[in-house]
Amino acid sequence: MTLTHIIFIVFAAITLLSALFCVTTRNMFHAALYLVISLFGVAATFAMLEASFLAAAQLIVYVGAVAILIIFAVMLTRGGAGSLPAERQFNTQAGLAAVVTVVTLFILLRVVPFFNYPVQDAAVPVDILTQLGHALVGDFVLPFEVASVLLLAALIGAIYIARERRKGEVEG
Amino acid sequence: MIQIPGNDIFIALATWTREIMLSIGLDPAFIEIVMAFIRALLLGTMALLVFMLITWLERKVVARIQDRIGPNLAGPWGLLQPIADGIKAITKEDTTPNGADVTIFNASPIVAGVAALLVYAVIPFGPNPGGECAGAPCGPMAGTEMSIGLFYILAVGAVSLIAVLMAGWSSNNKYALLGSFRAVAELLSYEVPQVLSIAAMVMIAGTMSMTQIVEAQTVPFIFPLFITALVFFISGIAESGRSPFDLVEAESEIVAGYHIEYSGMKFSLFFLGEFVHAFAVCAVVTTVFLNGWQGPVLPPWIWFFIKSFGVFFIMMWIKFTMPRFRIDQLMAFNWKFLVPVSLLNLLVLAVGDTVLKTVGITREASPWVWGMILFAANLVLLFAALWALGRSARKSRLIKRPIVARTDDVKPAPSPVAASN
Repeated sequence: MTLTHIIFIVFAAITLLSALFCVTTRNMFHAALYLVISLFGVAATFAMLEASFLAAAQLIVYVGAVAILIIFAVMLTRGGAGSLPAERQFNTQAGLAAVVTVVTLFILLRVVPFFNYPVQDAAVPVDILTQLGHALVGDFVLPFEVASVLLLAALIGAIYIARERRKGEVEG
Repeated sequence: MIQIPGNDIFIALATWTREIMLSIGLDPAFIEIVMAFIRALLLGTMALLVFMLITWLERKVVARIQDRIGPNLAGPWGLLQPIADGIKAITKEDTTPNGADVTIFNASPIVAGVAALLVYAVIPFGPNPGGECAGAPCGPMAGTEMSIGLFYILAVGAVSLIAVLMAGWSSNNKYALLGSFRAVAELLSYEVPQVLSIAAMVMIAGTMSMTQIVEAQTVPFIFPLFITALVFFISGIAESGRSPFDLVEAESEIVAGYHIEYSGMKFSLFFLGEFVHAFAVCAVVTTVFLNGWQGPVLPPWIWFFIKSFGVFFIMMWIKFTMPRFRIDQLMAFNWKFLVPVSLLNLLVLAVGDTVLKTVGITREASPWVWGMILFAANLVLLFAALWALGRSARKSRLIKRPIVARTDDVKPAPSPVAASN
């Protein structure tokens, strides 16, 4: 076991445990913070794989998203985002969930070994960022542009919903 | 006498430390880990020393701007004032409000301080000398050399937002919560022009690595990227929550915002976070726009600090001259002015750079011609933007608040006493 293994296990444990706490804690604010820690763990895993750009993007996107989430949690829930002891946390479908999980696990265990993943035992290219940029506006320009159109549509939709109505206009 | 590449005192010290560790028979891999820790320790200490110095400097400068003298009793020119403040902060009572979420309440100042310190990891204080010093690469003259330097600064800048939210929520105080809500609105909004200006920098420099950006500056990027520099500086001030963008703490409106319930050392950590972040913004501006460490005669790191403190002086000047924005003005300024201007700027730079490249004027070949042409384009765009801003401001003044004759606007009847005289 090398140092890399140990660091990976530490970060994997942080990611998984805080993800678990995120759904089991009764305090909504704590849940959001556990989510941040979990996403940090994912970013750390990206960084360990020398995908530092992905790691930084993960931080930028999700830290802001979680901040918004916290605001929603505080503003849109009864009694703020504190502990809600009266609410039931688990639904009654535990049996069904167990069956689905076991079946999925079984299928994955049978299927995954048949795939032949291309694995290279070589160093990560130094100039990976430039390659990523060229790929985004080269081979993958269509999905890239489609994603941006989707975001633009979301933006316009948000503006349409939030805009001030003129006099006599029906709330739509 | 060993020949030191780069002829730099820090490289010499690092080589010396490595040789000592080699001579007592340590494993080279282990030495590299130790050196990384030493580097982190030095950077952290540097940031804290700078923090002490700029608290003193800021109080002196604000005093001069407001026609006062400022701290002058502790030590020569009041230089020991930060130490006195530190002792005071340590001896203050550590209070925790009733109903506070204690763990988060205590963790939040630490997150704020650490998030601010993280930026310094990628700021280069000198050129990477290359070559070998005691069997290991000599450089870099930075915490670490990352290919995504600028992007990393954005990423860790976002973390301080979480610290503010944690503090605001866990304090169990409505003013603190209001402050942290404002923080989310302000910091997320000003991230947009910041990202756009960073996109412009990366487009022109062709790299995100801080060291390579400095080396790409055949002409200081403040000229070809004039608007970008302004937008980045303004949004940097907003991101570090300094006046005129200090809506997050706005003493006159929400008492002190998110750190209202903090006392002693915990408050100091927030204070430290703000100042260290502000100086980091200045360091990034120095690195990206002002040629970084480059300069004649003096060693690189001294040049770096001279320029950074120069930028910080401008920041203080703005802070003590401008009144605070209202929250709607803050948002309107960002979304209706900074974002469109930086989008247009991005367009102008992309087109300008490409056109100049086709006629054979490139950054590498004729830097000053290239820089000055783009500078002129920047100025045109800047004046057009300011003209449009002035026009729309005049229009909104005329339309939204029409001048209506007041109904009580009649002259009072002359008093009988005055009439009799």
